[in-house]
Amino acid sequence: MLAFILRRLLQSVGVLLAVGLIAFAMFRFAGDPVNQLVAPDTPYAERLQIRQSLGLDDPVLVQFARYAGNAVRGQFGNSYQFRQPVSTLLAERMPATLELALCATLFALTAGILMGVYSALHRDSVGAKLLQAISLVGVSLPTFLIGILLIFLFSVTLGWLPSYGRGDTVRLGWWTTGFLTASGWKALILPSITLGLFQMTLIMRLVRAEMLEVLRTDYIRFARARGLTTRSIHFGHALKNTLVPVITVAGLQLGSIIAFSIITETVFQWPGMGLLFVQAVQNVDVPIMAAYLLLVALIFVSINLVVDLLYTIVDPRLRLSVRRAA
Amino acid sequence: MASPAPAPALIVEAPPSRLARFLDSDLLANFRRSKLAIAAFLATVLFIALALLAPVISPQNPYDPAQLELINASLPPLWYADGQAPFLIGTDDQGRDVLSAVFYGMRLSLLVGVLGVLLSGFIGIGLGLIAGYAGGWVDTIIMRVADVQLTFPAILIALIVDGVAKAVAGGHMEANAQIALIVVAIGLSFWVQYARTVRGSVMVEKNKDYVQAGRLIGLSAPVILTRHILPNVTGPVFVIATINLALAIITEATLSFLGTGLPETMPSLGTLIRTGNRFLFSGEWWIVAFPGFALAGLVLAINLLGDWLRDALNPKLQ
Repeated sequence: MLAFILRRLLQSVGVLLAVGLIAFAMFRFAGDPVNQLVAPDTPYAERLQIRQSLGLDDPVLVQFARYAGNAVRGQFGNSYQFRQPVSTLLAERMPATLELALCATLFALTAGILMGVYSALHRDSVGAKLLQAISLVGVSLPTFLIGILLIFLFSVTLGWLPSYGRGDTVRLGWWTTGFLTASGWKALILPSITLGLFQMTLIMRLVRAEMLEVLRTDYIRFARARGLTTRSIHFGHALKNTLVPVITVAGLQLGSIIAFSIITETVFQWPGMGLLFVQAVQNVDVPIMAAYLLLVALIFVSINLVVDLLYTIVDPRLRLSVRRAA
Repeated sequence: MASPAPAPALIVEAPPSRLARFLDSDLLANFRRSKLAIAAFLATVLFIALALLAPVISPQNPYDPAQLELINASLPPLWYADGQAPFLIGTDDQGRDVLSAVFYGMRLSLLVGVLGVLLSGFIGIGLGLIAGYAGGWVDTIIMRVADVQLTFPAILIALIVDGVAKAVAGGHMEANAQIALIVVAIGLSFWVQYARTVRGSVMVEKNKDYVQAGRLIGLSAPVILTRHILPNVTGPVFVIATINLALAIITEATLSFLGTGLPETMPSLGTLIRTGNRFLFSGEWWIVAFPGFALAGLVLAINLLGDWLRDALNPKLQ
């Protein structure tokens, strides 16, 4: 077991190092940073001095080690566009993205489970067929198109909800939250639906398939024979057993939600990390791109690691096969 | 006296031609039974035809500034009182016919999608063949890279490839170079699925007698792989390719929408939606709506076709 954890940890560190290498390589390829710091008519001797003071004369490996060391301490250099430390910019934007991701996940889970249960219990009804059709369209429509559609409906035509920004936010220490104001809640609705819709259809299909499977098993038939109420069979026995894979998928999808928030944040001009990243790609702001890349890699690797470890704890069969393989 | 009975003519049936085999196949019979598959197929063919014929059927060449008249700017669709012929579904703020822009945009979206799928298929099938046939550390390295890449969403990888390439190029690129860049970004984002599938099939195939026989008569590994194993592992590849075509088109549209894809001088559907989005609030909904409909319809048709193909080729469901 310990060997397995250690091996998975080593693997994760390896992935992070590889991503770090890509991030570092971006700096090396993106031209001479000295040119961006000095006036065009700076004499060569002075340039050389700046190069030396920045450590650009050192061997590549030394430079990479230094970059990695700084990254571990959360120092990613200054953004070219904003002339501010990248870490400050990311920290400012992180609450917006995390709150959006949280709301989107909750929406996807509740709506997905409800719709999945409904379409499994009434599998031949018109409503269930409609939900299936909607889920197919939901998978086919690109995220940004759904966002534009929602804006057109609820902001332009009906004028109910705002189409951009976070509304009023309240500052709690370094964290800014939109949860404490009415306009903040209103601003969250459309982006959360846009971001969570794909995951919702995924969860709905999964719950439906799992429910149909579970409803056929012997213990459900036995519960019926014992004369339990339909409600307690469906929700107490069947649904409970479908939730393990659903929670796994939702957990794994959390990373995708953070990655896909890039698109949603652009549609709704949501001031989060994703919008920062897109602006960085458009303006070739390498420090932000590199830092975001590392941050996302860290999030993905951690989620995968936690899920893998949880699996081995939850499922004894897996623990056995791990021990055999080791 | 009766002459001896003539020797029975040797009946040699010509092997059925490929076309005859196709016409007789389960796949075609299944296709004829499924109304949804026929509708999806017809819609896909229609979209492809519109895209290919764009220069012929478009009332206007949207890339030619000489054909744009500002006097025609922001006209609504024909069924509005102030709509004007020949602008069936209106014009944008430059006086560009939206219908022509959609046809030309669809052309670019399909072109990038198909090229992206071809490239990712080429990379994925190649690496899958090598990994499955060679085994050992080659297999381990390729599949480990694939595992790592699979944990990240494709759109993120495409964005990063795009961003890195832009950083390398210093921020300014020709329109054609941007098209090539997007194709490469899509190719590098979607190869994993092909590689895994092909590797699995190759590992089964390589132990069969015909491969052993090929080795025995001294065929080289590349010949065995491309001439003998490859034709036997292509079935699932077509399913992946169809579904990936829809994904590739969405990816290109998304990149273009985010402003890192095709430039406004050569707009794909995604670029059209991005530029049209600005006019949503001034009530000129048609500039963004019709490219949106075209994109949604195209992707939906291809998705339905891919879903059907997957089910039809899946022996478990028959």
